[in-house]
Amino acid sequence: MERVHMSMTITEKIFARASDKKSVSPGEIVDAKIDATMVHDLTGPLAIHIFREIGVAKVWDPNKIVMVCDHQVPANSIDAAQNHMVLRKFASEQKIQNFYDIFEGICHQVVPEKGFALPGFLIVGADSHTTTYGALGCVSAGVGATDMAAVFATGKLWFRVPESIKIVLEKKLPRRVMAKDVILKIIGDLGAEGANYRSAEFTGPGMRNITMDGRMTMCNMGVEMGTKNAIVPPDEITEKYLAGRAKQHYSAVYSDPDAQYIEKHTYDLSELEPQIACPHSVDNVKPIAEVGKIEINQAFLGSCTNGRMEDLEAAAAVLRGKKVSRRVRLIVSPASRDIYRKALDEGLIKILVEAGALVEAPCCAACMGAHVGVLGPGEVCISASNRNFRGRQGSPESKVYLASPATVAASAIRGVITDPRDV
Amino acid sequence: MMARVWVFNNNISTDDIIAGRYMPKFEATHDSTWLASHVMENIDSSFASKVAKGDVIIAGRNFGCGSSREEAPIALKAAGISAVVAESFARIFYRNSINRGLTVLTCPGVHEGFKSGDAAKVDFQEGVVRNLKTGKVFKAEPLPNFVLKIIQAGGLLPHLKQTLKR
Repeated sequence: MERVHMSMTITEKIFARASDKKSVSPGEIVDAKIDATMVHDLTGPLAIHIFREIGVAKVWDPNKIVMVCDHQVPANSIDAAQNHMVLRKFASEQKIQNFYDIFEGICHQVVPEKGFALPGFLIVGADSHTTTYGALGCVSAGVGATDMAAVFATGKLWFRVPESIKIVLEKKLPRRVMAKDVILKIIGDLGAEGANYRSAEFTGPGMRNITMDGRMTMCNMGVEMGTKNAIVPPDEITEKYLAGRAKQHYSAVYSDPDAQYIEKHTYDLSELEPQIACPHSVDNVKPIAEVGKIEINQAFLGSCTNGRMEDLEAAAAVLRGKKVSRRVRLIVSPASRDIYRKALDEGLIKILVEAGALVEAPCCAACMGAHVGVLGPGEVCISASNRNFRGRQGSPESKVYLASPATVAASAIRGVITDPRDV
Repeated sequence: MMARVWVFNNNISTDDIIAGRYMPKFEATHDSTWLASHVMENIDSSFASKVAKGDVIIAGRNFGCGSSREEAPIALKAAGISAVVAESFARIFYRNSINRGLTVLTCPGVHEGFKSGDAAKVDFQEGVVRNLKTGKVFKAEPLPNFVLKIIQAGGLLPHLKQTLKR
């Protein structure tokens, strides 16, 4: 019997809706309408430069553009200051109300926090970690500056509808094992291009035990295995997060029970241990017990991956009443001003500072080696961020190990990479 | 056209191609020759001084993974690289390269088939890559017609301008 409608995944349904089609299939090229966009101080100036060259006077919809200064705030060079000036001028010229200057935090926290990322939406951002917003049940992908300029001019962009990978999580994480460990484990298993051009759908009963902060961590790092988008089907955790926050009405969509997946992987969260991504590749992942004795010079807690409340709470729980090793510089940057204030209210900042942490303004901080906390030759950093590429955080002769906030905190105390369950 | 070959491994990231520390200045000035002077620096600090106009990069899997920075194809193109031929590409870099008019070809088996210093002939319209030293020929995955047109125009922006003129 002929099916009345073609079964689709959540991602396929969003691409179909955005391109005014009843249904779409993987591999199909669609021209889709964009519901929201984001640029920041490092990618925005080039996108704006190209937009001006296209020669269109006005952006297609100033209310659908979010701009955030976050990578180099406050400005640490004249070049950075100039980039901020470009964004300010463009926001004023184009009447872009949703411009967040140097005060607000990291774009990938600000966009969901201010209610721009909504279930069912199609979002593009001029940053690879735009996959983060999929935690809210939207399709959200990173693009370059030229594609972004084209969206500024037309509100549309072509996409190849991706095949979907289903990742089913079961049960609950043990003490001091975090969402970061889950996504590192998955990236280690699937590989740095294991999900290239594909959509990763995180689902299953175990997702009920992963907070919105944890879901953002997982979707954020989806791009480290190549995904076009990562997505979590909306549920009561999504609704609770969006209550009083959503900028407009939304309608959630869900995968059909008989939707097609190119791969399926299942993980039992209760069996997971802390994971470490060793230099210089994000898929070089090992359980912490197999990493050996690695001395560290710096520990970084922050970024669009791990600068949220759950992350600061986890680090504070490990560091409460303890001291950071004299050999280690612990740098903390809350992901947004809102998180900074909540962390102050809850006493987390006091715990971290008393333990010896240096707290930086909400920004990308040490993650990308172009602002604060730059590493020198031969130095080693354990980092609750997303990339450990050669030279990512400074000198090409430095090394970055990626880990959860709890592992970063435990390692800061001992001065060597340390299992947070042991402190 | 004959081209000198530079071979790179798997998972060459956009941080390898142009490090984050060099981005702010480019954004402020749009000086691509300056980007070219730091291309591939994290892997080989002398690469920028050795690479010449028309040279070709042959790479392993997942070339261009990581950041969405469009400065990566801009830097390669400004350094004179005429094509990147790889076992596979990361999606944002691939798209950015097309938008910038940098020829990118996905070509299974190519990484094993070349050594740095070999000479290559790349016919991107036919999708054929030839090692002129060994005589081996590699067949690339064909590019869709609209992508060929964008690359031939020199990128999406010149392509849009041409299309609008007609």
